[in-house]
Amino acid sequence: MPEAVLLLEGVKKSYGVGTPAEAEVLHGIDFSLGKGDFCALMGPSGSGKSTLLNLIGLLDRPSSGRLSIDGRETSGLDDRALTALRGHHIGFVFQYHHLLPAFTALENVMMPMVLDRGRPNEAMRARAEELLRTMGLTEWREHLATNMSGGQQQRVAVARALAMNPSLLLADEPTGNLDTKAAQVVFDLMKEVNREHGTTVLLVTHNHELAAQCARTIELVDGRIVSDRRASAPAAPATA
Amino acid sequence: MRSGLPFEWIAASRFLVEGRMQTISIVAGVSIGVGVIIFMSAALAGMQANLIRRVLSAQAHIVLLPPQEVARPLRAGARGESEAAIVQKPYQRVRGIDQWQKVMRDVAEMPAVVNVSPMASGPVLASRGEATRAVSIMGVDPDLYFRIIALPDKIVSGEARLTSNDIVLGVDLASDLGVVVGDKIRITPNSGTGIDLMITGIVDLGNKGVNQRNTYVALHTAQALLGLVGGVSSVDITVRDVYAAEDVAQAISAATGVEADSWIMTNAQFFSAVNAQVIANTTIRFFVGLAIAFGIAAVLIVSVVQKSKEIGILRAMGASRGQILRVFLLQGAVLGLVGSFAGSSLGGAAIWLWQVLVRNPDGTPLFPMEQDPRLFAGAAVLATLTGLVAAVAPALRGARLDPVVAIRA
Repeated sequence: MPEAVLLLEGVKKSYGVGTPAEAEVLHGIDFSLGKGDFCALMGPSGSGKSTLLNLIGLLDRPSSGRLSIDGRETSGLDDRALTALRGHHIGFVFQYHHLLPAFTALENVMMPMVLDRGRPNEAMRARAEELLRTMGLTEWREHLATNMSGGQQQRVAVARALAMNPSLLLADEPTGNLDTKAAQVVFDLMKEVNREHGTTVLLVTHNHELAAQCARTIELVDGRIVSDRRASAPAAPATA
Repeated sequence: MRSGLPFEWIAASRFLVEGRMQTISIVAGVSIGVGVIIFMSAALAGMQANLIRRVLSAQAHIVLLPPQEVARPLRAGARGESEAAIVQKPYQRVRGIDQWQKVMRDVAEMPAVVNVSPMASGPVLASRGEATRAVSIMGVDPDLYFRIIALPDKIVSGEARLTSNDIVLGVDLASDLGVVVGDKIRITPNSGTGIDLMITGIVDLGNKGVNQRNTYVALHTAQALLGLVGGVSSVDITVRDVYAAEDVAQAISAATGVEADSWIMTNAQFFSAVNAQVIANTTIRFFVGLAIAFGIAAVLIVSVVQKSKEIGILRAMGASRGQILRVFLLQGAVLGLVGSFAGSSLGGAAIWLWQVLVRNPDGTPLFPMEQDPRLFAGAAVLATLTGLVAAVAPALRGARLDPVVAIRA
């Protein structure tokens, strides 16, 4: 079996450790994602989806358990190493597209590469232009993020998440505040990336229609995985 | 984003441009502060230089004097006996400096010394008819002395000619005695007979007391009057750096054994006044700097709070804590630097306006301001450092933001 892109073993997360308000949010999560997996993570509000995503995205640390990205155990790493691992292996797409308002679409896409190397160069610009072209946003590249529609911004966010060619793409309700049509466009782009580059995708969503189009669906309730289903056949892209 | 420019520069400048109103307000604040410091420093430096120039235009930087006469009890107490002796300070006679020509030559060779001039001076009576005044007579070699005190520049009538029978005196003495240029007055020493001298010039030395007391004659005339044949009672010296006068005086004293008084010692009160001004100026500078620092810190703290979401996004995209820290430190430094440039122009304009608008009745500037380029450079460096230091707390706060919390915010 090829090495898992993402591996969680007995991951627990508690908040307010040592205080009377101590609460365990995740009660031991085990699952793994292989290369090229396209997985939906579902669950009601407060089920711990976002907490889990923050742990996987190395923005937060588990209270106990093991978490490996591309075969690297993360528990012993310091902030600098986590930042480097995050930068090189993980791409984020957030619900509220979270583009940097002071920068253009192209610059937003270049940003992860710039942060990695310390300063921009022409190769980064070329890669960002290529990614924007894939997202159908070539003519929007010099626009400030704030002057674009929600769907366009989210496509920029997807392009940005792919800039470092990550092995794992994390999307936290990326279509949550888009209309159906725009949501489908963003979703299809992510599927395309998954198919063409073999990027592993973990998608948090409330949208059952989109989840139904994923090859695998994990459902989280009250900090526990209650179901982990694989679709028997690859989901067909829905047509609007 | 220009290729090759570090991320920190790009992000810092974008953030500053994005928060336009904040940036403009704080730059205005910093530049007013820097402008005040520059204007005040220039005014103070100009005032000091002007005062010192005035003080030193009427006196030498260093005066060499013969050692003070001291009295010693003639009898020493016998063994086992103690003697109660009251030793009275002797009066100081008009005495010459021992081997003054050699002393003068030695001093003139010192690199810090510019001019030396011998003087024979002492108390005499100046009289014309019934009017008599006690005055001080100063016998000088005009060629040497005028390089130290420019008497010819202070002449109000006549000329600064000092041959054997000439005398130059202060305006107030001339009016007390009711004399004008061309009149004769009688100069009588304490012992001996007086001589008649012709007034060739009347000078204004800028101080009433001095104008009532000072008279100038040729060196050998004074020597004859005061019984100092071939001797001098003091040697006037000017030095290259007026502030180093006391050090030079001590060096001369050590090398020649002659007492050397610098203008710094003889004008101690004036100097303490100057020092008080310097302390006041430094205090004001310090507090203006503090106000600038707090202003910059306040703006950056607000900026960190406003930008916390962006900081979170940047961290999620792989920005290190160090990168975030430097983005905000850089903003502080840039605010300080830009503010200091604007402030330097402001201060320079204020100095120019002051010199154009505030004038003496005769149209000359009240006092010339010192526009030292080092002052502007110093202000720029200091303001930049202040900005940098002020940015430390906000930058640390930004760098320590928890990306999870920041993104949710």
